[in-house]
Amino acid sequence: MSEPTAETKSVMTLPREEVVSPLTGEPIVQYQGVTKTFGDLEVIKGIDLALYPGEKMALIGPSGSGKTTLGRMLMTLEEPTTGTILIDGEPLWQMKTSSGKLVRANEKHLRRMRQKIGMVFQHFNLFPHLSVLRNVTLAPMSVLGLSKEEAYQRAVEMLTKVGLQDKLGEYPSRLSGGQKQRVAIARALVMQPKVMVFDEVTSALDPELVGEVLEVIKEIAIDSDMAMMLITHEMDFARDIADRVIFGAEGRIVEQGSPEAIFEQPESERLQSFLKRFR
Amino acid sequence: MWNWSYAAEILPTLLNALLVTIGATLAGFVLASILGILIALGRRSRFAVLRLGLQGIVNFIRSTPLLVQLFFLYYSLPMILPISLSAFTTGVIGLGLHYATYLSEVYRSGIDAVPKGQWEAATALDLSPVRTWFSIILPQAVPPIIPIMGNYLIVILKETPTLSAITLVELLLTAKNTASVSYRVFEPYTITGILFLVISLLLSFGMARLEKRLNRRHTA
Repeated sequence: MSEPTAETKSVMTLPREEVVSPLTGEPIVQYQGVTKTFGDLEVIKGIDLALYPGEKMALIGPSGSGKTTLGRMLMTLEEPTTGTILIDGEPLWQMKTSSGKLVRANEKHLRRMRQKIGMVFQHFNLFPHLSVLRNVTLAPMSVLGLSKEEAYQRAVEMLTKVGLQDKLGEYPSRLSGGQKQRVAIARALVMQPKVMVFDEVTSALDPELVGEVLEVIKEIAIDSDMAMMLITHEMDFARDIADRVIFGAEGRIVEQGSPEAIFEQPESERLQSFLKRFR
Repeated sequence: MWNWSYAAEILPTLLNALLVTIGATLAGFVLASILGILIALGRRSRFAVLRLGLQGIVNFIRSTPLLVQLFFLYYSLPMILPISLSAFTTGVIGLGLHYATYLSEVYRSGIDAVPKGQWEAATALDLSPVRTWFSIILPQAVPPIIPIMGNYLIVILKETPTLSAITLVELLLTAKNTASVSYRVFEPYTITGILFLVISLLLSFGMARLEKRLNRRHTA
């Protein structure tokens, strides 16, 4: 991932369709008949959904619609109750035995699959006992086996991208919420996942700090060919950067389409009344 | 009643015995700290046999007196196993085992206090379980429990006279031996009490400093 150059920036002025062509090629993520039940509460009621390489997909919907659970299942933080999630065509939560039978994935399988996915959390979840730099270099060194120098170089590159290159030695407790979230973004980016889940990353921020975080994500969206799953309540943001918007409610996908279609010509009554609350 | 010259005469003997007491305290505490963390980790294992086995052992040790355990280790165990340990080693193992069961609960409370989001971030970064424990969870779980660990260190110190029952010549037994030779009971036991007090105070002072240093680093 390189710095945004004049060339990539200028792409912004082109019509969206010419910049990216979503929904082409093999999906990188596929949800197939996925359900999730907590106790006797069914939060996901059968989801079929594909995410394509490089696609920026926004998930919107009222609280409790299951958007976050969808992202957490992809990050292997929750196991689907039924259904299959495929990453690059390979089941995430199941694995093949030597006899070809599909069984529940073990930790080794999950660890391998997980490398393709990254996640930024609503509450940052930075490691408070580690400096900003160490927060970002820990996983590249420990998981990818990078040398200290390589990891440092990559970390500085990512922290520069999020505008925090002067905070390397700082501890998270001394950062503002917006800065913390930008460190968390750098920490996830440095692992170079193919898919990044942004889970309501501005919901815990003071209103005046939301802008700086969204700005960073927008730049990354333009700059990188990473697929993104943006779970968000920021409608303008979703409209700005998403190739496709999914509206979900009560554990089902109610409507999906281009940002224009979703925000300008919502078809379902459910979506219409949801959008009214943001006007 | 108080004879200064007699007090001065027996002080070196008592100070020598104090070294045994301190040695047993520190060795017992270190063993208890290590076993305690292993028990705490084992009790979160996904293997039910290990979890339940450890829980049974912990309940058993906590429900029987230290003195009984020491007698068993020192007198009964050599009858079934071809081992014979010194009174000091047996005492350290007894203290270590006994207090490991208590410290494992202290560790557990520290581990439980680490926010769930820390585990999730470690998963999202694909850190291995070992790396997650040693780089993320334990460094956050241990500093807050240092004061409680310190209390147990002092509890162990005050429990060392129990080791005299398995013939370890520690501070109190030395005082008793001294008194039985001279028939002077005032100086030996008074000095013993004061020595315990001084060591307790030093240990809690040291723990307070350690806590301060760790907390400073934590919030820096």
